[in-house]
Amino acid sequence: MTWTDDQPMVSVKDVRKSFGALEVLKGVSLDVMKGEVICIIGPSGSGKSTLIRCINALNDIQGGSILVEGQEVNDPDLDKLELRKKVGMVFQQYNLFPHKTALENIMMAPLLVLKDDKAAVEKLARRLIKKVRLEGKEDSYPGELSGGQQQRVAIARSLAMNPDVMLFDEVTAALDPETVNEVLTTIKDLAKDGMTCILVTHEMGFAREVADHIYFTDRGVIVEHGAPDVFFDAAKDPRTVEFLGQIL
Amino acid sequence: MNKTNPKIMPVMMAPRARATDPIRLKAWHGAALAAFVVLVSIPAFAQADGARDSVFTALARWMPLLLKGFIFNVVISISAMAIGTLAGAALGLGQISLSSWVRKTSWFVTQFFRNAPWLVLLFFAMFLLPFELRIGGIIIPLPDYLKAIIGLSLPVMANVSEIVRGAVVSLPSGQWEAAESLAFTRTQVLWRIILPQCVKRMLPPWMNLYSILTMATVLASIVGVSEVMTLTGQVLAAEGGRTDLLLPIYSTVLLMFFIYCYPIARLTLRLEKKFAVKT
Ligand SMILES: Nc1ncnc2c1ncn2[C@@H]1O[C@H](COP(=O)(O)OP(=O)(O)O)[C@@H](O)[C@H]1O
Ligand SMILES: [Mg+2]
Repeated sequence: MTWTDDQPMVSVKDVRKSFGALEVLKGVSLDVMKGEVICIIGPSGSGKSTLIRCINALNDIQGGSILVEGQEVNDPDLDKLELRKKVGMVFQQYNLFPHKTALENIMMAPLLVLKDDKAAVEKLARRLIKKVRLEGKEDSYPGELSGGQQQRVAIARSLAMNPDVMLFDEVTAALDPETVNEVLTTIKDLAKDGMTCILVTHEMGFAREVADHIYFTDRGVIVEHGAPDVFFDAAKDPRTVEFLGQIL
Repeated sequence: MNKTNPKIMPVMMAPRARATDPIRLKAWHGAALAAFVVLVSIPAFAQADGARDSVFTALARWMPLLLKGFIFNVVISISAMAIGTLAGAALGLGQISLSSWVRKTSWFVTQFFRNAPWLVLLFFAMFLLPFELRIGGIIIPLPDYLKAIIGLSLPVMANVSEIVRGAVVSLPSGQWEAAESLAFTRTQVLWRIILPQCVKRMLPPWMNLYSILTMATVLASIVGVSEVMTLTGQVLAAEGGRTDLLLPIYSTVLLMFFIYCYPIARLTLRLEKKFAVKT
């Protein structure tokens, strides 16, 4: 089966995931088209991180199906490395490699995984540093950078693999309020360039501005979803209304 | 703004330098020891009559032999450390293997040798190892000191295995996840991301282990290797059981170990402090 871009780039169908006896995802479905930006919001512990970690096979699933560009993720013979070359991920805690400079962090995966030519990779890395507005920080170690700067390096590191879709798991939740915007701006730039993005976030203003579609999760199910205007202004489910009331 | 529980990552927490470690050597310990040697020698010096040398003369006469013995201890310790470190690194990696069979076996071997008295392991090596090895047509003799080195490398191996395993599991899981999501293979994650960061964490406990090993080399005297304690016994015997020599000679041996181990202890402390600040 060949995937064409009139089909969803990521198609999650009735996904079930348990940690031991605890069922964390109880039949979750969502579709993301190429170039779309979707935001997943919901209370802590509702399974948002688990859901996006299933998309790049950091977590396995017990039921349902996840197709990434037509490739089934819930498959024991899945080539995880091939999948992860297409799917970039950025974490709440940045997770930069502390023993490598910003530039080296960005260069590592293209060099080791894609086995690209070093000169070309370095050029790419310098271009990405510029794109995330960190010129001059190439040779800084993660420990010497602020949270917002580290997170932008992490975004650049992911982009260096030239992924087709990016996953963002509450990437501003650990940041100081004054650095949140620099990271959000970087993500907005990406969205404008047409990157397909799946974002877990608590930044409602940002979600409203950048998202094509919003999903609200609670206790392992998607309670409600819709276009941002409809979702924020005319939420129907009482759980959504309560959550939005608390957070806005 | 709702902030979900930010994870506290171990990498952010400074490993505390144990400033109050009761066995940590201090410079004044050495000075006190040196003073002690001199003090205990004085009455003996005063007693010296024509028939016997003074304690100082006797000490001076045997010093080259004692030093040679001590150098042998150092050679044994370095060799056992090298062998134990190589084997222990492999065993430690076995403990985090994906194969549960390898993992369990490595765990068992580690626990077995870590929870055995060093002296017993030494005897174990002494009596279980043959006096020569035949590999093909070549015969490699296994003298006692080689057996002692192998015997002492066993607990070193087990402790290094634990140091490696501990360092790897103490790294935040986010490092694995970030590297895996960049499509690194497990081997790449381990060798490029995890182990380079572990070296810093492993160095202080590894050096600490070396100090302990150095002091344990005297156990080899019990199985007849001519290291410093064996020689000390021979010196005392040669001196015809002079009781006034006992204290000065043993103190001299203590001082040798102190002079060798103290700088290592200082360096370990310095490294611990340095890595605590700069993670
Ligand atoms: N590795 C794990 N082992 C066991 N339980 C887990 C694990 N990861 C997450 N959980 C549990 O799954 C639930 C959903 O977690 P998570 O996906 O992190 O929620 P969210 O990102 O929405 O806050 C929580 O109850 C959490 O305790
Ligand atoms: Mg989460």
